[in-house]
Amino acid sequence: MAGMTPLVWSADKAAAISQQARLRLLRMHYESKVGHLGGNLSALDILISLYHFRLKPEDRFVLAKGHSAGALYVTLWSLGLLREEDLRQFHRDGTRLSGHPPLRGIPEIVFATGSLGHGLGLAVGLALGKKLRGEPGRVFCLTSDGEWNEGSCWEALIFLAHRRLDNLTFLVDLNGMQGFGATREVANLEPLAEKFRCFGVETLEVDGHDMAALHGALHKEDGPLAIVARTVKGFGVSFMEHRMAWHYLPMSEEQYLQAVREVRECGRLSAAR
Amino acid sequence: MRQAFCSALTAQASRPEFVFLSGDLGFKALEPLQEALGPRFLNAGVSEQNMVTVAAGLARGGMRPWAYSIAPFIYARPFEQIRNDVCFHELPVILVGNGGGYGYGVMGSSHHALEDYGSLLTLPGMRALVPAFDADLAAIVPSLMQCGGPAYLRLGLSEEPKGWTPPAYAPWRKLLDGKGPALVAAGPLIGAALPALAAMEEKLRPEVWLVSELPLARLPEEFLESLRRSRRLVVVEEHSAHGGLGQSLAYSLARAGEMPPSFAHRHAMGYLSGLYGSQKYHRAECGLDPAGIVAAVAPPVAPL
Repeated sequence: MAGMTPLVWSADKAAAISQQARLRLLRMHYESKVGHLGGNLSALDILISLYHFRLKPEDRFVLAKGHSAGALYVTLWSLGLLREEDLRQFHRDGTRLSGHPPLRGIPEIVFATGSLGHGLGLAVGLALGKKLRGEPGRVFCLTSDGEWNEGSCWEALIFLAHRRLDNLTFLVDLNGMQGFGATREVANLEPLAEKFRCFGVETLEVDGHDMAALHGALHKEDGPLAIVARTVKGFGVSFMEHRMAWHYLPMSEEQYLQAVREVRECGRLSAAR
Repeated sequence: MRQAFCSALTAQASRPEFVFLSGDLGFKALEPLQEALGPRFLNAGVSEQNMVTVAAGLARGGMRPWAYSIAPFIYARPFEQIRNDVCFHELPVILVGNGGGYGYGVMGSSHHALEDYGSLLTLPGMRALVPAFDADLAAIVPSLMQCGGPAYLRLGLSEEPKGWTPPAYAPWRKLLDGKGPALVAAGPLIGAALPALAAMEEKLRPEVWLVSELPLARLPEEFLESLRRSRRLVVVEEHSAHGGLGQSLAYSLARAGEMPPSFAHRHAMGYLSGLYGSQKYHRAECGLDPAGIVAAVAPPVAPL
């Protein structure tokens, strides 16, 4: 994360950045005719909070839920680390901005994820390496909730808890939906926070769209720390919220214009909440 | 070979970036390394997927991780982790599989590794090293410690004949002169066959070559000369036919326009009888024991 310095916290600033990023995310997906919006909209506030107000140059971040690459690209754009013309190439032939984080070309992206169940172990390796080398900095990782179906997540959890990796924070974007159903119906893991605690990992539960709450949790040191962020799939766009279809579908022009209206009118709107 | 491996690695212990991960294995073999490395020796538990992913994370942060398990558990279980986390990112993670081929004998098929290097060599940037003798480790380990990308090291048991000293380590080594066919082998099984091959009369005895690194680089001119003379090639390896040394070598020779008219391949064939036994038992079933190798290089029987 070379060259990044976190901003001084301000709730208004956080809300404004989040709203701008949400609008840009919608436009990027609309122009490229790409789906996967639901999980990007649920993860966006976490990424904005992390990148604008928490990450220092010595810190590292791994996006385990690689299918939220769009939210990550827009977050990097909001920091000036990706350009307008980069976002316009999203999903197009010859782009650096593939549907999941790329191997090369974006220094802030340290791992090309996409297959679920890898990111947490990668973050554990980065955190362990820092400890063995006596290096400063903290490692953050964002997983999805469906991802915790993967056995490798639990292998990583056993390892990080046993090794007491106190320079690691991992988050769960707990939006309650996965590929082909609600997480409660596919493979119920609730109460997930309790499960983490049973492994000996301190776990905070926050509203994943409450920027102040996220800010507080992300600044907690020591650990290892888990943050279960309760989010809304499709957050901010009423007709997308809690709808599995928006894991997949691109927007029509009419839907795009309505989505933009809703986000503009109330950046913090969630009709369902 | 594990002892030689451990000694060679222990000699590297002062490198601060060197970190060793074991998949809960190493009893009565790796203790000296564990002692020498201290906190840089990590028992990762019985979790090979996580071990390989963590190794990738360590390597991304500038460490030189080695990840060790029984051969099938280090390449088959975490194949996606090797592909996505290690190879795609061109990270210098060294995977070590103990007991390649039928090395774990009567322990059964779950513990055998008959397609390890063939599978791994399909991945970008991956190299495979198959030492045949204990002495090879003293050369291989320091070179792997400096390599720029991923590698797989297949360990077995050193089987060189008593009183015979193997030639110094090289990717290609000539072990025996002869005027018969060119015999190319991978792995320790050739050590066990050497006395029987050496006892053959010179005009029938094969010229024996040992290959210890894949993918194949440039083929030695001396080997090509021998092949042009004998026009017969026999390859033996304790690995499936698919993706093994035999196919790789035939491909290289065909591309170079050097493929001889006669080619025989002795390779692992799984469990022909459905029964289990020692490594020697399984080799014999596949014609990879000394008698089978001698038979493979014998002159073809003229048709009646």
